[in-house]
Amino acid sequence: MTKVVVAMSGGVDSSVAAALLKQEGYEVVGMMLRLWSEPGKEDSNRCCTPDAMGLARRVAAKLDIPFYVVDAKDVFHKTVVEYFLDGYARGETPNPCLICNRQIRWEFLLNHALALSADFMATGHYVRKQEAGDKHQLLRAVDRAKDQSYVLHVLNQEKLNRALFPVGDYTKPEIRKIAESFGLPTASRHDSQDLCFLAGDDYRNFLQRNAAEMLKPGKITRRDGEVIGEHNGLANYTIGQRKGLGVSSAVPLYILGKDATSNTVIVGTQDELGSHELIAKDVNWISGEAPNESFRAEVKIRYTAKEAGALVMPLEDGQVKVQFDAPQRDVTAGQAAVFYQGDVLLGGGLIQ
Amino acid sequence: MNQIYLDYAATTPVDPRVLDAMMPHFSVSFGNPSSVHRYGQQAEAAIESARETVASSLNCRADEIVFTSCGSESDNLALRGAALAMREKTGAYRIVTSKAEHHAVSKTAEQLERYFGFEVKWLDLDEFGMVQPQNVERALDDKTALVSVMYANNEIGTINPIGEIAEVCHRHGVLFHSDAVQAAAYLPVDVQSLGVDLLSIGGHKFYGPKGVGVLFVRKGTPLIPSQTGGGQENNLRAGTQNVPYIVGLAEALRLTVEEREQRIAHVKPLRDQIIGAVLETIPDSRLTGRMESRLPNHASFAFKDVDGNLLLTLLDAASFACSSGSACKTGNPEPSEVMDAIGLSREWGLGSLRITLGKDSSSNDIKEFLKTLPSLVEKARELAKDKRG
Repeated sequence: MTKVVVAMSGGVDSSVAAALLKQEGYEVVGMMLRLWSEPGKEDSNRCCTPDAMGLARRVAAKLDIPFYVVDAKDVFHKTVVEYFLDGYARGETPNPCLICNRQIRWEFLLNHALALSADFMATGHYVRKQEAGDKHQLLRAVDRAKDQSYVLHVLNQEKLNRALFPVGDYTKPEIRKIAESFGLPTASRHDSQDLCFLAGDDYRNFLQRNAAEMLKPGKITRRDGEVIGEHNGLANYTIGQRKGLGVSSAVPLYILGKDATSNTVIVGTQDELGSHELIAKDVNWISGEAPNESFRAEVKIRYTAKEAGALVMPLEDGQVKVQFDAPQRDVTAGQAAVFYQGDVLLGGGLIQ
Repeated sequence: MNQIYLDYAATTPVDPRVLDAMMPHFSVSFGNPSSVHRYGQQAEAAIESARETVASSLNCRADEIVFTSCGSESDNLALRGAALAMREKTGAYRIVTSKAEHHAVSKTAEQLERYFGFEVKWLDLDEFGMVQPQNVERALDDKTALVSVMYANNEIGTINPIGEIAEVCHRHGVLFHSDAVQAAAYLPVDVQSLGVDLLSIGGHKFYGPKGVGVLFVRKGTPLIPSQTGGGQENNLRAGTQNVPYIVGLAEALRLTVEEREQRIAHVKPLRDQIIGAVLETIPDSRLTGRMESRLPNHASFAFKDVDGNLLLTLLDAASFACSSGSACKTGNPEPSEVMDAIGLSREWGLGSLRITLGKDSSSNDIKEFLKTLPSLVEKARELAKDKRG
């Protein structure tokens, strides 16, 4: 029998993933990662609270599949949390979910699944996999509103070869219905958002508690260097932000950029906002092969951003230049730029 | 794939003969032993007969047997009951116990210290997890109310010299309790030759049902009940008795005493085979506890640089059900107190594995297990490298 490990979180999506695979006749094993929590916040960490673990266990019992918890506290802290803190220290806005998917879920957990002699690992991500010739393609989910392909642009052929995404073919309401029809206790659990280790708190409070030394006050300037105010630490600000700058001005001012070397926040008016292009580094191509020529694509620059038409130009050293048809407001270093053609995700990299 | 159960120290299946003895007491002979009518009389007769059986297995009087809901409750009643009674009687306020006790004892002692004004002295163990009688003697003074030392350790199988410790206690006029929950399945539990004042056992460790235990209370031992209410169990444990389970425990204990030699003869060679093979084939492995003075069905190891919890996961996926001192279903492994107490460092203490055998363990099971284990330890070591990040 084909064996599949399902990465379970106690949420409805991974629960249904397990249920669907079991129904299809796979030998299913449930696994859950015990991730790092801030000391004292173990009960509110979003995805591995005792509560979530209890739910996952009940789902596993209902489906009559074995269920195991794997300790990933140290490795999660060393890779994901430190990456998050380092990113802010560099003046970027890091996306730790990307690193988690690459290093924790699809590396650490996948290795555990393979050690259990699994043929595949499945997650509850809204995304699809398709075969095209001898390659695997990564496709957007049927439910565009739920599509999570953005955070999975870090996968490669080797990992896709082991991956199953059973919920990507359904809409979220359909998934809830399926959960109900299986009688899963997670059917009506609300969706998870935010970063798991923030435990529902604002990231600024987290930085204050865990890396207060990076929150150094500095100047707020216009593009020409005119100082118009003071900020309380670069990490507290995001590109495009308008509220909470604490400077008075006749016209609304927006954050245009952050300069980590001079510890400066640069602001300007709405029409100064927006970039025509960006450079992305460490680009991962799902096919495993970098294209030689420029190509047209729809590019997504944040998990929640709308795609924008652009020309993608491969450069040296795994970098690409993206030239947008129209200027983009929130181009933010540390987030990923992900390239699509229709439903197919071609690849993506980190915005510099 | 057939599942192979190697965790008989965690619990055992109910013996079919025990189940047969229990069945009539659920819905046919269902009375309340405290009732006046014949239904009640029948139920009372059943538990009194069970009491006789248990008393004869322990070599004591029937009125020295208190039925409880489990081994942990027996430990709780013994410690809390005797500590409070002794303090009232003599003013003694010290409890002496070891660093490797079951939590039913250690957490009760901690609570007595924190909320009830007692003082706890924790006895060190030798490197094999044994409590030395001379250590006990040194810990005693005229303010000591009670000593509690387990008969055999659940994690590492070490058997303590209970008779000698009892002698020391009595020389100093101190009460002595022993948790015999793990021991009762294989060791003689003759309370006269052991010399204990209080002794706990639980039904499910020797093919009886879960949810029932016994506390032996030597005649004249002062004890204040933990659970108050009706006058059941000689006023020491209120609550309507769980008749079918009490009957089951008695029958299981009777069979255990009767068949003890055969059961030992069955498991001991298999255990020795496991210990020999593991130490020989797996690098960086060691036996926890020792070869002598060890429960005959018990093999326990520590593997360096292994997450014991992960090893259990790998073993279960390969169809072998075992246990580990650091096991934790929530993915938060810590070395157990016992691993600390026998002086294992963290890199060894996290990688403990316990294999405990029973009536249904076959030499074929063990062969399969020994064939599989070395590669799984290797896999766990590989994955542990990822884990450190």
